[in-house]
Amino acid sequence: MTGVVIAGVGIHPFGRFEGVSTTDMGVQAVRAALREAGVGKGGFQAAFCGTAYGGVATGHKVLSRLGMTGMPIVDVEAGCASGGAALMLAAGAIKAGQYDTVLVFGTEKMPKGIIRSSFFEPWQEEAGLAATPSFFALRAQRVAMTSGVTKDHLAQVVVKNRRHGAENPDAMYQKEISAEEVLASRVICEPLHLFMLCSPNEGAAAVVLTRADRVGGPAVPPIALAGAVLRSHLPGSVLSESTPLSGLTDDSVPAPTTLAARAAFEEAGLGPDDLDVVECQDTDAARELISYEEIGLCVPGGSAELLVSGATALGGRLPVNPSGGLLSKGEPLGASALGQVVELVRQLRGECGPRQVEGARVALSHTVGRGANAGVVILTR
Amino acid sequence: MPMSERVMVRQGLFTDGEAPALLGSRCTVCGAHHFPRHDTCPYCSTEDPVPTELSGSGTLWAWTAVTSAPPGYQGEIPYGLGVVELPEGIRVIARLTEGNPSALVSGQAMELRIVPLHTDADGRDVVTFAFAPADAS
Repeated sequence: MTGVVIAGVGIHPFGRFEGVSTTDMGVQAVRAALREAGVGKGGFQAAFCGTAYGGVATGHKVLSRLGMTGMPIVDVEAGCASGGAALMLAAGAIKAGQYDTVLVFGTEKMPKGIIRSSFFEPWQEEAGLAATPSFFALRAQRVAMTSGVTKDHLAQVVVKNRRHGAENPDAMYQKEISAEEVLASRVICEPLHLFMLCSPNEGAAAVVLTRADRVGGPAVPPIALAGAVLRSHLPGSVLSESTPLSGLTDDSVPAPTTLAARAAFEEAGLGPDDLDVVECQDTDAARELISYEEIGLCVPGGSAELLVSGATALGGRLPVNPSGGLLSKGEPLGASALGQVVELVRQLRGECGPRQVEGARVALSHTVGRGANAGVVILTR
Repeated sequence: MPMSERVMVRQGLFTDGEAPALLGSRCTVCGAHHFPRHDTCPYCSTEDPVPTELSGSGTLWAWTAVTSAPPGYQGEIPYGLGVVELPEGIRVIARLTEGNPSALVSGQAMELRIVPLHTDADGRDVVTFAFAPADAS
């Protein structure tokens, strides 16, 4: 079976862009990715578009603007992991021999503030049970209890990611922040303060996938897509991203992220020890630490220790979120996973300048959110 | 003064009155309880689990407070939100009557209350389920 490679990537910066439409951003990212891959009109046989708030035919609107239609165009909604889901579908189709080259992109304009999600029933909203940050806060409190995570640790995650983001011209926040400033920001849901939460925002990202044996001298070195996995939740955890109203007292049910990470490592024939750089879901500061444990970057309960060791900062053994993460970039749902992939492809090519992870050869991207949906992508040079 | 009319935020979630209860179900095959009621066990997919009233007493497992009104919410802020463990072996997400997180401790005894959320357009009190510290009067 042939492998799949990423032949080109493109991004529209993440932030707030008044007067720029979801379609406009998608066009910019797709055009850049196609140019980098040396792929033009007629050069791809299918397109998958990740979006959660884009509305009907988001992908078609982007490709119509480019005059590149006729092939199947499928919008993919998988919450925070929409881009990862799109990537999985595209890679599977190429491996199965259905297509040679597939365009994958995501584009999004999120509403401001606490996101109103059609996931919830009207009565849940009326009863105050649809406050998304409160579920993040409950998870944060539990990881504080089980892993010794303190508010200082949560602030340190923000300080680290914002320091990384200060070097990323595509990030929403490109300014460092101090732990004191994080802890002085207002409490949204105890223990989470405002600056420990990412901003829902706007942006787009695109990736061109092709059969490994079809790459003919592209301008940029191809990066291998060694694994692309999407998983949903198993029932049982009351704090699962499936956002149930009840769960069991059984704590042995694996998280969707753990399911996705295990499957992606197996697909790639690699393990956590092989990783050089990671982009993980940091919707809130605690989520990054939970991700360390669920992906297997540390032992269960070891996330605070891994953070404090400096291993996950740039210059450390395993930098996590060198792009600045969602805490710096903000989170446009349909584009966020592919934004991570764009960052990691550039890291593996050695194009990241001051935020470059030296000699990176193996990279992992992780997104998780409502559904539950967890996406894990492994890339190798 | 007549009491204003009470209306549940949604029928079928709980019983009102002196000793309120959450309306859950128990699977006859795997034995797991779930809330709210569904016609299929979410854990083993067996159909027609047995309707049951869940225990009104439990222990606090996780909690926070919501400090700004989320979409579609018209009640007071801040308000408590948490997870309470019930003797049936399940954890339930619920409002808490205590909106100050530092007033609560892990594992403390909690009991079910039916509390007002807001007044609807017809002047009726919309009520929902919540857990209160068991020692609170």
